[in-house]
Amino acid sequence: MTVPGAERIVIVGAGPAGIRAAETLVNAGIRPVVIDEGMKAGGQIYRRPPEGFTRPPETLYGSEARKAVTLHTLFDRMVAAGEIDYHPQSSVLAIAGNLLQALAHGGRRDFTYDRLILATGAMDRLAPVPGWQAPGVYSLGATQIALKAQGVALGRRIVLAGSGPLLTLVAVQLLKAGAEIAAILDTSSLGDQMAGLPGMMVRPGLVLRGLVMRAKLGRLYHAGVRLDGIETDGRGPVGMRWRDARGRAHFTECDMVGLGWHLRAETQLAGLAGCAFDYDGDWAQWLPRTDRMGRAGEGLYLAGDGLRILGADGAEVAGRLAAAACLADMGLPSPDVAADLRRLDRCERFARAMARAFPWPAESVRAVPDETIVCRCEGVTAGQLRESVAYGGGEANRVKSLARVGMGRCQGRYCQLAGAELIAGKAGIKVCDAGRLREQAPVRPVPIGAWVRDA
Amino acid sequence: MTSGPQAAGQAGRMVRLADRDRPRVRFRLDGADCAALAGDTVLTAVLVSAPAVRQSEFGPERRAGFCLMGACQDCWLWQEDGGRLRACSTLIAEGMQLRTVPPEDWQ
Ligand SMILES: Cc1cc2nc3c(=O)[nH]c(=O)nc-3n(C[C@H](O)[C@H](O)[C@H](O)COP(=O)(O)OP(=O)(O)OC[C@H]3O[C@@H](n4cnc5c(N)ncnc54)[C@H](O)[C@@H]3O)c2cc1C
Ligand code: FES
Repeated sequence: MTVPGAERIVIVGAGPAGIRAAETLVNAGIRPVVIDEGMKAGGQIYRRPPEGFTRPPETLYGSEARKAVTLHTLFDRMVAAGEIDYHPQSSVLAIAGNLLQALAHGGRRDFTYDRLILATGAMDRLAPVPGWQAPGVYSLGATQIALKAQGVALGRRIVLAGSGPLLTLVAVQLLKAGAEIAAILDTSSLGDQMAGLPGMMVRPGLVLRGLVMRAKLGRLYHAGVRLDGIETDGRGPVGMRWRDARGRAHFTECDMVGLGWHLRAETQLAGLAGCAFDYDGDWAQWLPRTDRMGRAGEGLYLAGDGLRILGADGAEVAGRLAAAACLADMGLPSPDVAADLRRLDRCERFARAMARAFPWPAESVRAVPDETIVCRCEGVTAGQLRESVAYGGGEANRVKSLARVGMGRCQGRYCQLAGAELIAGKAGIKVCDAGRLREQAPVRPVPIGAWVRDA
Repeated sequence: MTSGPQAAGQAGRMVRLADRDRPRVRFRLDGADCAALAGDTVLTAVLVSAPAVRQSEFGPERRAGFCLMGACQDCWLWQEDGGRLRACSTLIAEGMQLRTVPPEDWQ
């Protein structure tokens, strides 16, 4: 049933946040449009393999299997009942006025909207390590996606490095699946981790689960390491050079490296839609400015990891809140949000403590040798970036035009934060003053034929 | 680079750990016959038998994908007809003709 004359609401993203937002709107009698890039709904954590894979949810999602199945079932039911207008495998690439421009398999497709809910999720946050441009170096998230959605390991002997909850989780999942892991190298010290622990105790169950997982890693896990570089030959990694917490040098042979430092919100569409941003010290990145419900502006709402990195449970809560705000702004009856606002606070306290326990390695990034590649897309080095700061000043958009950092195919997704750190280090300013790269449409490169043909 | 996945290195990069009993799909990589499993992405299909999907345009290294989620754009490769595709978000299909280097008449 659709409320006659109701406004047209579009949700971008069908992860936990987008699915719960859709459900809230459907419950109010609205039929939202849901656009998602994935082959199947579920988002990152609850990503589903293609047809023909048979591992059960317990194998794929472990302790979160029940939540995954609940969300998948809910979404599939809404699609089957025609309660939502679902467009899978469609990437939203640009926003102009009240028009979304998307690219689907069949070509370009435009969607108009009166209200827009962006639930675009997050991606790995990367810091440059000498040698990381080699083939066979992947993001930690990629390492997990390969296992979850394809049943493969990305190498025969694996080193995982970085920091954050995903580091431990992916290691445990790989070991369980029978992969060989040579080392798990965490750049956060045990001191950082202990300091974050009291704050994380607002969700004791999660802390316990984390500690149990850590225990499974045994002596493969090292805290407080410094990554000196990935040794490579023409084919890819041959080993990782690193120093332990006491400063002793090590070399660990491997043919694959998975790197990641927690997550970075995917905010390109939010930027194009006109959101304001603030630098957040805990998460060490720029995040969109909204009220507690996720209102970012007139008819614009954000939810999930694309707004705050609260994790999957927080994303479900944020999705419901954004949709409730949307309903309230339309003058429609909206659900009581008091309990969800309390849940959101709890998720945020936990997530901020965790972000402090596994911090962004600002100092190591600032100290990378000049020849380290910062931009993987176009091979721009730290030295070239530092030179452009000396020449043009400490501002990210200027550095982008001079040194092309942030200009490549990934549009700064993997170099922006490290670039800002290097700029700040060279110019002697705070990283929040180094400036945020302005978004540019399309937010993903487009086969030019598809764009022109259907325009 | 010469043609054929063997020219790109002896063995593949990816190792199958689970869900191995899916129907086989045949495709061609740089003119050589290759096999994959239904449900493989093009990236999986290629990297099970080869170490990279293409040469970098900006550096000496080869490319083998990085994010597997459509964000980094590291994994584009060519089709025999000159079209390009993003390997991590496209499923392999029977008879696909893929190239790690642009088709000759494109260079
Ligand atoms: C690779 C990866 C692995 C993770 N693994 C775990 C894990 O194992 N356990 C855990 O607790 N947390 C994990 N996380 C974090 C967890 O995924 C998130 O906390 C949770 O999924 C957030 O939900 P969300 O709805 O905000 O976003 P997501 O689940 O990320 O969903 C966002 C959706 O939006 C779509 N989208 C984005 N941009 C566009 C666009 N322009 N056009 C169309 N669609 C778009 C994406 O395809 C995606 O389906 C992982 C994160 C990543 C990036
Ligand atoms: S591997 Fe990053 S887009 Fe395909």
